[in-house]
Amino acid sequence: MSDTTHTGPVLAADGTPLKRSLRRALRAQKMRALALIAPLLIFVLVAFIAPIADMLFRSVENQIVGNTLPMTVEELRDWDATDTPDEQVFRALFFDLFLAAEAKEHTKLGSRLNYEQSGISSLFRTTGRDVDKIGKVFEKALKEIDPGFGEAQFWYDMMSGGAGAESNERLMSNQIGRLEQLEVSSFSGDTGFMPGAAMSEILPNTARAYSAFAAFTHFVDADVVAEKKPWEAVHAALAIDLEDPATATALAGYDGPGADALRRAAAADLPPVGMKAALIASNKDWQRVDFWQVIRTYSPPYTTGYFLNAVDMEKTPQGIALRSADERIYGILFKRTMFMSLVITISCILLGYPVAWLMANLPARKANLLMILVLLPFWTSLLVRTSAWKVMLQQQGVINDVLVWLGLVADENRLIMINNQFGTIVAMTHILLPFMILPMYSVMQTIPPSYLRAAKSLGANNWTAFWRVYFPQSVPGIGAGSILVFILAIGYYITPEIVGGTTGTFISNRIAYHISTSLNWGLAAALGTILLAAVLILYWAYDRIVGIDNVKLGG
Amino acid sequence: MNLTKALLATTALTVAAGTAVTAQDMANSMTLVSWGGSYQVSQDKAYLQPYLANNPGVSATWDESSAEAVAKLRAMNEAGNVTWDLVDVVASDAMRLCDEGLAMELDHDKDLAAAPDGTSASEDFGDLLVSDCFVPQIVYSTTFGYRTDMVPAGTEPPSSICDVFDLAKYPGKRSLQKRPIDNMEWALYCDGVAKEDIYPTLSTEEGVNRALAKLGTIKDQVVWWSAGAETPQLLADGEVFMGSTYNGRLFSAIAEQKQPIAMMWDMQSFDLDGWIVPAGLPADRLARVMDFLRFATDTQRLADQAAYISYGPARASSAPLVGKHAELGIEMAPHMPTDPANAANTHIYDYEWWADNRDDLDAKFQAWLAQ
Repeated sequence: MSDTTHTGPVLAADGTPLKRSLRRALRAQKMRALALIAPLLIFVLVAFIAPIADMLFRSVENQIVGNTLPMTVEELRDWDATDTPDEQVFRALFFDLFLAAEAKEHTKLGSRLNYEQSGISSLFRTTGRDVDKIGKVFEKALKEIDPGFGEAQFWYDMMSGGAGAESNERLMSNQIGRLEQLEVSSFSGDTGFMPGAAMSEILPNTARAYSAFAAFTHFVDADVVAEKKPWEAVHAALAIDLEDPATATALAGYDGPGADALRRAAAADLPPVGMKAALIASNKDWQRVDFWQVIRTYSPPYTTGYFLNAVDMEKTPQGIALRSADERIYGILFKRTMFMSLVITISCILLGYPVAWLMANLPARKANLLMILVLLPFWTSLLVRTSAWKVMLQQQGVINDVLVWLGLVADENRLIMINNQFGTIVAMTHILLPFMILPMYSVMQTIPPSYLRAAKSLGANNWTAFWRVYFPQSVPGIGAGSILVFILAIGYYITPEIVGGTTGTFISNRIAYHISTSLNWGLAAALGTILLAAVLILYWAYDRIVGIDNVKLGG
Repeated sequence: MNLTKALLATTALTVAAGTAVTAQDMANSMTLVSWGGSYQVSQDKAYLQPYLANNPGVSATWDESSAEAVAKLRAMNEAGNVTWDLVDVVASDAMRLCDEGLAMELDHDKDLAAAPDGTSASEDFGDLLVSDCFVPQIVYSTTFGYRTDMVPAGTEPPSSICDVFDLAKYPGKRSLQKRPIDNMEWALYCDGVAKEDIYPTLSTEEGVNRALAKLGTIKDQVVWWSAGAETPQLLADGEVFMGSTYNGRLFSAIAEQKQPIAMMWDMQSFDLDGWIVPAGLPADRLARVMDFLRFATDTQRLADQAAYISYGPARASSAPLVGKHAELGIEMAPHMPTDPANAANTHIYDYEWWADNRDDLDAKFQAWLAQ
């Protein structure tokens, strides 16, 4: 024993420390296990976790406003929200809209904001068509002063300050970054243009507008900047710069390319810049304070707007408020979805329990036949089964015909059993029944019949034996079936759509509407997130009350 | 000088090659998206089969996804993988796809064939070119059909849209589309609003309530449909007395299936259906699809389609060429929504107005339905 008194680490047979060698062996084992479940793990990540994460993100994401109208949003920060914004804001809007219209992004923003306020969609669409016209005035006036203002190369030389001039790289990269946000892509490389430092000092608006034009021409249109005539917006920007008397003074000391033409333009009478008047003339809705408030309210990159909408609330200038009574729909739908799913689950328990009991207690041959009868509808297409219920339940349908023939119902008073809640409950109970019966059956099969016999031999009557001995043991099956049926039911879509009419539709029908028809994916995501949260809360409550360990899907 | 000349010559060559795309530059397959059913069959017979006969080696597949085309195109665009080449959509969806930048803007005169008499495409289509991205094919209408055997004895058959709202004279169930569009306009019209005042009225809170109140008078007698096949089915089963649907569906129920149904054209709501080209197609696929589009929307092809289905061709120059039904042999012109006898009193659906107000009114309409 005392031979092994050396104090170093215990070594394995190959001389490495035992700890390390053990760890290595365990790691290899773990990796092998991980590799085995990797296909499933990757599948779940890609097909389940990622879409849910994407949904959660979409329900709050709102970058489009800030990306499309960055300058306007900036200017609106100081707006007092009582009257139509001033000229400064409209100027920012003109330049933002011009670029957005070139990139065809303005209508996208219009449809986004139209979800919050009806009318914004056409406001952006019509104004997007007019921005060229608004800028055209300045282009014409400038060309009359010097034909050079109508030439691509003249502009290029003037704005870059000529060969060898000091340039303003920051301005250019800012504009490229802005275009990247607008187009939601990334651009790399050189545009072939750099704004001159002197020019961006003297004519800041023009330099910015021309840089935006250069970035767009190079990256989006894939053209050579020096060969393209600048946009009308660049001319408008020059008119704005020349409005400032300080510009004329600064130009006096400037002798770069185009200095002469610029000095003459500064001395001439250019048309006055009135973007506010021009944009309101294009569409009088630009006067509306409520529209501007919507733009400002939804300018941050993330919003709670979709979630508020999903619970029948809205953002108003006075804060968060309930929507007007005639627009509240989601509260009704959520409540209805929960209520009807509960009714369907209870109906399934009541109908399924005796069947499961029979299957568990009949001789094997008969039980198998019963099993096939349970599974047969399960193998039939969902749509076929739902349509079959239509044939059965409609007013000229099988059930009504039989009732009329039997004389139980008068011909003119046929029962209305479809296109309402009743129809949805009947059809969905039928469709979801196998999901209740199968877990119940597999649990009941494991209950030894000798327990019941023992209870009876100890003096219990049939009911007591069932209720005190058998039923408690079958509860895990009921629990499993109920969870399965309830969770399937609250997400059901196609059956309520076909047989639900107006009073039997679920929240999922509304989600589908927003996904495929109104295209309000943010709202659909928020509704979906709430539904997911509701399921998780119910699951948690079930665990607290019944205990999830009491759920059994089999033996 | 020689160098310049040589350079100029090559530039000229590339320009020539750039404009006249040769068959080698075109993709050999296309995916066309449409609605399925008899409508898609009519497109297949009138446009696609003749085109494939002219262009051996080209193949085409149909995808029946038009009903959810806007959502799917948006998803494809986000994923950066647009697999469709030509998509059939209704006009309002075309406008939205154009707004979202998902459809390509077209130059109608350059991209489409002129009429045989030389009239330019944009003049031939006229006002039907409601969007820069849209090439209309057909004019269809949402209109009413009724069961002839359910008309009360001694009463005239229904002939006015307002008979739909008259439960005393025409008792029985009606089927209406589960959306505010058309229904709100019909309700206001029958509540005494002049046609030209319908949209200004609907723009006000009171107008919306007025329309809903009018619809409320028949609400418990209405079955709301969401698929075009439902009304013909409900009529055939005798579940409803009258119902709205697309006129072509009623035509096939009446003429092909010989059901006891008759048309009621009053205040039929005109709408357009046509093609859009998804934005951002690669050059070879784009060249192929533009070649097909030019062929499929020329005067003769649009007229040919009317031999299979009772929808009016969108070109003015096609109307005189409309003949008989290919299988039934009946004259098609009287079954067209655009026929003067049918179009005595029509409702022109305002796309711009609905593009703006659809979300808002739909929320109100659905809340009203759910109550």
